Amino acid sequence: MDHFDADILILGAGGAGLRAAIAAAQSAPNLTIALVSKVYPMRSHTVAAEGGSAGVVQAHDSLDNHFNDTVSGGDWLCEQDVVEYFVEHCTPEMVQLEHWGCPWSRKPDGHINVRAFGGMKIERTWFAADRSGFHILHTLFQTSTQFPSIKRFDEYFCVDLLAEDGRVQGAVVLSLSTGEFTAIHARAVVIATGGAGRVFRQNTNGGIVTGDGMALAYRHGVPLRDMEFVQYHPTCLPGTGILITEACRGEGAFLLNKDGKRYLEDYGLGPAEPKPRNKFMELGPRDRLSQAFWHEQRKGRTVTTPQGEAVLLDLRHLGRAKIKERLPLICELAEQFMGIDPTTAPIPVRPAVHYTMGGVLVDIHTASPLAGLFAAGECSSVGIHGANRLGSNSLAELSVFGRVAGEQAVEFARGSSATRRSDQAAAVEARALALLGQKGEGEHHAALRAEMGASMEKGCGIYRLGSEMQGTCNTMGQLRQRYAGITLEDKSRAWNTDWVTAIELGFQLEVAQAMAHSALARTESRGAHQRLDGFEKRDDANFLRHSLAHYRGADAPDITYGPVTITKSPPGQRAYGALGEQAEAAGKGAAVAAGSPPAPKDIAHA
Amino acid sequence: MPDSMRRTKSIELRVLRYRPASDREPAFVSYVVPYSDDMSVLQALQSIKDAQDGSLSFRWSCRMAVCGSCGMMINGEPKLACNTFVRDLAGKAAVIEPLQNFPIERDLVVTVGDFVKKIESIYPYIMPKVAKPIEDGAYLQTPAQMMAYESFSDCINCMLCYAACPQFGANPDFIGPGAMAMLQRYNSDSRDGGRQLRLDQIHGEDGVWACTAVGMCSDVCPKQVDPANAVNQNKTNSALDFFLRAVRPGPRP
Repeated sequence: MDHFDADILILGAGGAGLRAAIAAAQSAPNLTIALVSKVYPMRSHTVAAEGGSAGVVQAHDSLDNHFNDTVSGGDWLCEQDVVEYFVEHCTPEMVQLEHWGCPWSRKPDGHINVRAFGGMKIERTWFAADRSGFHILHTLFQTSTQFPSIKRFDEYFCVDLLAEDGRVQGAVVLSLSTGEFTAIHARAVVIATGGAGRVFRQNTNGGIVTGDGMALAYRHGVPLRDMEFVQYHPTCLPGTGILITEACRGEGAFLLNKDGKRYLEDYGLGPAEPKPRNKFMELGPRDRLSQAFWHEQRKGRTVTTPQGEAVLLDLRHLGRAKIKERLPLICELAEQFMGIDPTTAPIPVRPAVHYTMGGVLVDIHTASPLAGLFAAGECSSVGIHGANRLGSNSLAELSVFGRVAGEQAVEFARGSSATRRSDQAAAVEARALALLGQKGEGEHHAALRAEMGASMEKGCGIYRLGSEMQGTCNTMGQLRQRYAGITLEDKSRAWNTDWVTAIELGFQLEVAQAMAHSALARTESRGAHQRLDGFEKRDDANFLRHSLAHYRGADAPDITYGPVTITKSPPGQRAYGALGEQAEAAGKGAAVAAGSPPAPKDIAHA
Repeated sequence: MPDSMRRTKSIELRVLRYRPASDREPAFVSYVVPYSDDMSVLQALQSIKDAQDGSLSFRWSCRMAVCGSCGMMINGEPKLACNTFVRDLAGKAAVIEPLQNFPIERDLVVTVGDFVKKIESIYPYIMPKVAKPIEDGAYLQTPAQMMAYESFSDCINCMLCYAACPQFGANPDFIGPGAMAMLQRYNSDSRDGGRQLRLDQIHGEDGVWACTAVGMCSDVCPKQVDPANAVNQNKTNSALDFFLRAVRPGPRP
């Protein structure tokens, strides 16, 4: 095995990992930064983000507005001190990206343009047409190439962390190209490996989004927080799950049922006006819109496509010029994958899993409870999304907290002693090789992956039942047992994707199990976690708390709870449309103290 | 990715396989794949891997033609597998090969590292013409100024243009269309002051003048980046720079 000595190791080179690497390189040019990614950095899934990134810029907007939208959007399960820090730093980060060359769309006078987004009171979403994540990622990657202290390990896959003496000491990585292992020794490690949406059958995520970093931290005793909160994006192509950006609605698109009705007005989001106001109708938050789809489908008001039920996303009234200028990627995707020209026909869409709100438990400094281990971006739970993330807060998150993680890793590395090389790395390599050679029971892992996806969709979907969640918990336990007996078809070393996807599946099953058990244990409804089995209401008295899933080896996780930090927004009624406006007009009277919540608007039985 | 459309038809895919540990040279292996009309070539390869032969290796991720991972030769043309559909290949056996002009590492996986080094060699980042602190906000850039570089910034680094480029096929050291498009992206950006440094990179014999203006690069680009246009602009700039240098003080080219 090769050894590489770094000061800082960053796992994942998407938006958060690259931002962390640049921050570390800028603040400490003399430190060596190992940047590991299982794909070339520009392939990372940040590339697929479309709509844009939040940052207050308009004179009639305020940081308080962004704070309030984020906290109510998260159904008050947010760390409010972290949200305060976040909203203050979004705009400087967006400016930084601009200085690095990100081609943000402009107004005719050359100033940055912003668009409306769901659940946001004022337009504050910076965008680069509808390729915002693509441009952010490429800008960060290209910018990173000017820092010689960043040593990239492209197409290296992390199989395990090295942790000893109560702190993280590096990781063991596998070269996809050669199948050989390298131990990277580092005084601080940043996990920036993205989400875990691929544990669900129908999702918007790239194949690489397999929860690797979450599972790595979890196995080393770091709790996974709020894993029951999984975001269904309301507008995705049926069948493939390909994302059709919320920016369509930000630009004014309508959602119609099979009768041509803008059905969202039936779900507490109305009134339906020709141009949706912010936080009304199509500009409601993602959880509410996905839930409305579920009801429409049950009522038989969806359209049937060869790939399943759908509603219609209608852009036609925006006019061809605007659609082509603001949404070129959507035009391309609709044309290529559905054979539809959105300037002349509506696009069939349905919800699909999009984002993991929970993740590796970290504090406001992105530090996990394991000394020296940091996490940023979708893999982390720094606490800004709560029970439901608002669109355009995640690209902002990876910029703001990617930078924090890079700087904090530098601080930690400077203040800590050198790592020591133990025989742990050899044991990690031996375990990975054992899977490669395992005789097993002859079962191939593809079957397990399909069963995992179907079971997660059934038990942990848009609406949830205790019995079905229990079924999914049971299935995940069984799949983990079967996983221990799988047999690989490919025993070679170079570019053995059979092997690597099998290791990924091991990560996925553990993360999926944490999600299912966290969901089952939360006997209330909040944000993206909606139950239909007697727990339809939010229960602040018992559940204004973060869930924490603790790893217990081959057994199911322990679920415990931790406090939520509330600084200036006591839990109030979460409402949109006219109801939200009334609540706001009533001033802060809508907000009540924790422990005596008002009856939440019960859309489940609207 | 399962879908609910029934896979009632089938197609033969002839896939070029090469496993370095056991194969002397690449050879075709045939697979018969049931398909539905919405099935991409990528999904067909995935179904082979899941149901027929777990040892088949290929890169993929986003499935929506933006990550640039799944470039390969499909019936002799460089394409993204994710947005090429099996229905369009039906009628006879389809031939799937790794991207042309690159060394094969295994099966459909080719070496990407040299391409990435070329990108890195052209200083692919803003060297500010006028430095500006973050507190002073964003640079102004009119829509017209953006238009000068925007299409070149849409390159997804999928390398299809390199597979199509006869010059790159003949000379792997040629800087190539993708890197030239990126160079033009930065040189045309109103915020940037690094133009001279980049032009110096492409004056040489493996630089812009190695291009023989065949234009295949733009034909195969899945994002309409038009690298041929970038190369042309590079040639103009390179020539202009060459003559300007002859009349101004400093080192001669």
